[in-house]
Amino acid sequence: MTSVGVSHRRKEGPEKLCGLAKYIDDLSLPGCLHGVTLRSTINCGTIKSIDFETGFPWQEYVRVSAMDIPGRNLVALIEEDQPLLADRKVMHPHEPILLLAHPDRAKAYEALKHIRVQYEALEPVLTMEDSLAVKRALYKENNVFKSFLIEKGDIVKGFESARYTVEGEYRVWHQEQAYIENNGMAAWVEPDGTVTVQGSMQCPYYIHKALVKIFGLPEEKIRVIQSATGGGFGGKEEYPSMIAGHAALLAWKAKKPVKIVYDRAEDMPATTKRHPAIVRHKTALDKNGKLLAQDIDVVMDGGAYATLSSVVLSRGTLHAAGPYECPNVRVRSRVVATNTPPNGAFRGFGAPQTLFAVELHMEKIARAVKIDSLTLRRRNLWKEGSTTATGQVLSESVGACEALEHTVKKSGYVRKVKEYASWNRNAKKKTWKGVGLSLVHHGAGFTGSGEVYLASKAGLSITEDGRLQVLAASTEIGQGTNTMFSQIAADALGVPFDWVEVENPDTKFVPNSGPTVASRTTMVVGGLVRRAALAMKEALAKEGLVLKTPSDVKKAAKLLCGSEPIRRFIVQYEKPAEIVWDDATYKGDAYGAYAYAALVADLEIDKTTFEVKINKLTTAQDIGKAVNPLLAEGQIIGGTAQGVGYALLEHCVYKDGAMVNGQFTNYIIPTAMDTPAMDVKIVEKPYSRGPFGAKGVGELPMDTPGPAIAAAVNFAAGVWITELPLLPERILKAINETQGQR
Amino acid sequence: MRGAPETMAVLRPKSGAEAVKLYGQQTKAVPLAGGTDFMVLWNLGLLNGRTILDLSGVRDWRKIAAARTGVLVGSLATHAEIGRHPTVRAEFPLLVSACATIGAAQIQNRGTLGGNIANASPAGDTFPSLLVYEAVVRTVSPRGKRKLPISEVFAGVKRTTLGPGELIEAVELPFLDKRPSRRLFRKVGTRLAQAISKTVAAGILRLGKGGVVEDFRFALGSMAPTAVRLTEAESAVVGFKLTPAVVDEACRRLERSVSPIDDIRSTREYRLEVSRNILRSFLEGNQ
Amino acid sequence: MKLKVNGKSRSFAGAPFKRLIEVLREDFGLTGTKEGCGEGECGACTVLVDGEPVNSCLIPVCSVEGRRIETVESLGNPGKLSPLQEAFMERGGAQCGICTPGMLMTATAWIKGGGSAAPGAIRECLAGNLCRCTGYQHIVDSVARAVKGKGGGKRR
Repeated sequence: MTSVGVSHRRKEGPEKLCGLAKYIDDLSLPGCLHGVTLRSTINCGTIKSIDFETGFPWQEYVRVSAMDIPGRNLVALIEEDQPLLADRKVMHPHEPILLLAHPDRAKAYEALKHIRVQYEALEPVLTMEDSLAVKRALYKENNVFKSFLIEKGDIVKGFESARYTVEGEYRVWHQEQAYIENNGMAAWVEPDGTVTVQGSMQCPYYIHKALVKIFGLPEEKIRVIQSATGGGFGGKEEYPSMIAGHAALLAWKAKKPVKIVYDRAEDMPATTKRHPAIVRHKTALDKNGKLLAQDIDVVMDGGAYATLSSVVLSRGTLHAAGPYECPNVRVRSRVVATNTPPNGAFRGFGAPQTLFAVELHMEKIARAVKIDSLTLRRRNLWKEGSTTATGQVLSESVGACEALEHTVKKSGYVRKVKEYASWNRNAKKKTWKGVGLSLVHHGAGFTGSGEVYLASKAGLSITEDGRLQVLAASTEIGQGTNTMFSQIAADALGVPFDWVEVENPDTKFVPNSGPTVASRTTMVVGGLVRRAALAMKEALAKEGLVLKTPSDVKKAAKLLCGSEPIRRFIVQYEKPAEIVWDDATYKGDAYGAYAYAALVADLEIDKTTFEVKINKLTTAQDIGKAVNPLLAEGQIIGGTAQGVGYALLEHCVYKDGAMVNGQFTNYIIPTAMDTPAMDVKIVEKPYSRGPFGAKGVGELPMDTPGPAIAAAVNFAAGVWITELPLLPERILKAINETQGQR
Repeated sequence: MRGAPETMAVLRPKSGAEAVKLYGQQTKAVPLAGGTDFMVLWNLGLLNGRTILDLSGVRDWRKIAAARTGVLVGSLATHAEIGRHPTVRAEFPLLVSACATIGAAQIQNRGTLGGNIANASPAGDTFPSLLVYEAVVRTVSPRGKRKLPISEVFAGVKRTTLGPGELIEAVELPFLDKRPSRRLFRKVGTRLAQAISKTVAAGILRLGKGGVVEDFRFALGSMAPTAVRLTEAESAVVGFKLTPAVVDEACRRLERSVSPIDDIRSTREYRLEVSRNILRSFLEGNQ
Repeated sequence: MKLKVNGKSRSFAGAPFKRLIEVLREDFGLTGTKEGCGEGECGACTVLVDGEPVNSCLIPVCSVEGRRIETVESLGNPGKLSPLQEAFMERGGAQCGICTPGMLMTATAWIKGGGSAAPGAIRECLAGNLCRCTGYQHIVDSVARAVKGKGGGKRR
């Protein structure tokens, strides 16, 4: 009766399909007020005054400003630099300044038009270049939130012996998570003084930590509950701490429940985006195209506050050299401050940016060395026993080669390269055709020693009436957490899938299993769930009980609960002794394991309009073990589709540091027509420390489309574009420039 | 959402005549047809406190009627209804194609031709087709009825030449005298479906004896404050054979009729070059 | 004002310009219909009016007086899913679930209208419903399965 490896039906699927799942805007709270946010209209400066129009019925409203905060005015994340509400100083457009609540939602919004804020504006710093040049100091003296250095071997020596040296610069911009459910949070204060929030989120305990500081209350006086969450993709990792703080302050002051639900026009410009990046490569190769040295420089734009930028940069840095063995590597990276809304978590978390650069750079190297990029990749890719840039020796579960070879074969890549080259020589054809390849790795779990600091806990409980419940703060946001946890627990315990339930993430009832991020839920938290289930099984075995029938579960309940209503088996993360990481030198085992993916993009470009149409995407992804193949495939297809958007369509237009196309009408994500058919193969190279061999899958598929599609477009149009998205306007411009040079 | 329904006054006529009467009394009222554009702004809280002339009850303006000389499309016929009508499908395929590219099914089921025209967006996808078919807009106001060639309806970005209290009743589509030899509708949007146009083109061309062009009409949207006929390019073609020199001249003249801009959706350079490419491939007969 | 909602006659006495989505959600308690953008772009608010899919976020209720409205609540319930819902369960058509009610309503109109099971045609029919989770393929598979008259079945 094994569950793992079977495509069990989504646990909460029926509620979602019947419209019964309760998202935060569906929750009806008696006497609830609607909260709205007054935001800054300047980039940078000082608030001189806030004037409330006389004659407006302000008595109907609850108002909260920085002065009302009982504890500390900050959004607690890694640094403590970001205020919950701007207090005099403004650092970016759309920065929250003041909160209002009213029983009528439209009236709450209406009031915003009757408040006038006077500022003394300062000249803003809007670009990474200006920030690095310290046009003005926004963060410490150099504007650098964080920098990293990875060094392996001797970079100078590597370049000295080079037959070829290839340099390139690559650039990517903001990307919006574009979850279909906007951010939203409700809050109320219980009669015992407990501040409670419920809403759309990925990380209940991040919010818990933030609220403890905002209110200066003991941990047990803060309660965070997840409601059904309509997509996250990183956009509901850290931002909900902000909106939860706002809703809770209003509720606390109003002494009534308050709900803040953003509309799209507020959510898009005001909340976090993927970090823009500039990545420069200088690479040394021998005569056969073997890598001798990689010198890589990464700059990311963090926006106005530190938020999660340091860890985004860390992941970007650790993936910057690609899944390739190279004896001499240097990666220098930094993330800098600008007067733009803070950038934050988004699926892939820095890696899609640096992997785009290294993978497109492989195409440039192939041109320079005059071998095809497939051969170049085959000669350099990681195998078992390879050593990474941080000196990690890959002892197991390296599926890069299998993923690559399967994808190449299934897609007919080699044949198409020849076929399309000849097609493109025919001037009568109405399109240019192109095919492009990428190969990536993605570390599962937290970076470096992150999992040790997190010290996550998860468990399995049995109630006196015989219900088995997984206990974790890891949220179901569409990726299939509930189903996957149930499968793992069922197999570890030796019971059918249907017998296991998952407790709703609520800090009152579930332990802190860490944030729902970093492709860690299956590999890390799933591993804890498995251990907790094994602990329960062992406890039962001691009593001579094996769970075979429902009546065995009733017996188990009696045995394990005794006179208590519930018995919990909670386990904590333990770092395997063999995993060694040094944060100071950035050397060692950066991640327990990497997942791998290859993708071939097959597309054509209309010669009349320069529009790109992808005809087919073929991909193979090594995720160790697919706990639920259908759900894993859903992650791969969905992540790839976001990558297609990143590659071709998604363009945040910023003017004076603010997004000016912040609506679905003008921020263009792919429709069903824009998303091509995908051929997905799951490769399973098991990881011994992952539950049932599983690694992470959440972020990996986001990494592949950018570089493969860019390679295919460059091939098709005979241009060299090094920037995403590949808008038709950019393709036309590149064609005109290329023809001008000829 | 930021719209405040209780601040809205709603007039609900049950017939065209009643609509005209009410609008004549309250010319500041906003006529509401499908609402697919108005409601977007209303949801942003930008139109609270208005008086709305809700035309949903005006059944007589929803009809599509084929006659001997053409088709009369009621102003409240939806894009989906127009796209389904057999005579429109047979005689006005460019309009059918245009209707099929407006938003997606949900928008096509609500948006109306009259609402589309009155809204006068520079990116209105039906307008190049209407210009090519030389549609005539029938209006009605307390001052009486008028017939305006579609080319005289648009006054600028989201502005029309309709007077106070004047409503669009129907749109006449006159049948073409002769079948065109070629026709084209091409929308280039921000993505493959449900997109706003970067440029949108419609054209017909009829070749006579010896390959001389007898009729050529070509119009573009999203290329100027209003959709426009390329009269300069047309006159370079009509009466001539489609030689490379004639095609080149027509493409050169395209720019004289348009004034595309850089905006959040595209660039002037792209709009011009792509529009020229579309015109060229149409004239060369290989679109 | 009267409406026919999911086969039942309902009356509404509030502001006539209140939007259909809010009347459904707030006055009739039918929160299955979701609001994603308020611009008519995402299609999460899709309901059927006289059998045709429309964006309920762009419709003042007065303009659909007397019409027949169908929402996701008209399909099935967790104990007895409709064949279309079964197909979504079986083929992974729902992930986060927020676009799902709208998707289901557009697909319902497609199937009732005799739409084909060809993936290209289904993609075109669903172009007004944005999904950010699935990459659409499993949704297209689900709808195709339902068109072919298969709901749930054996697990793979």
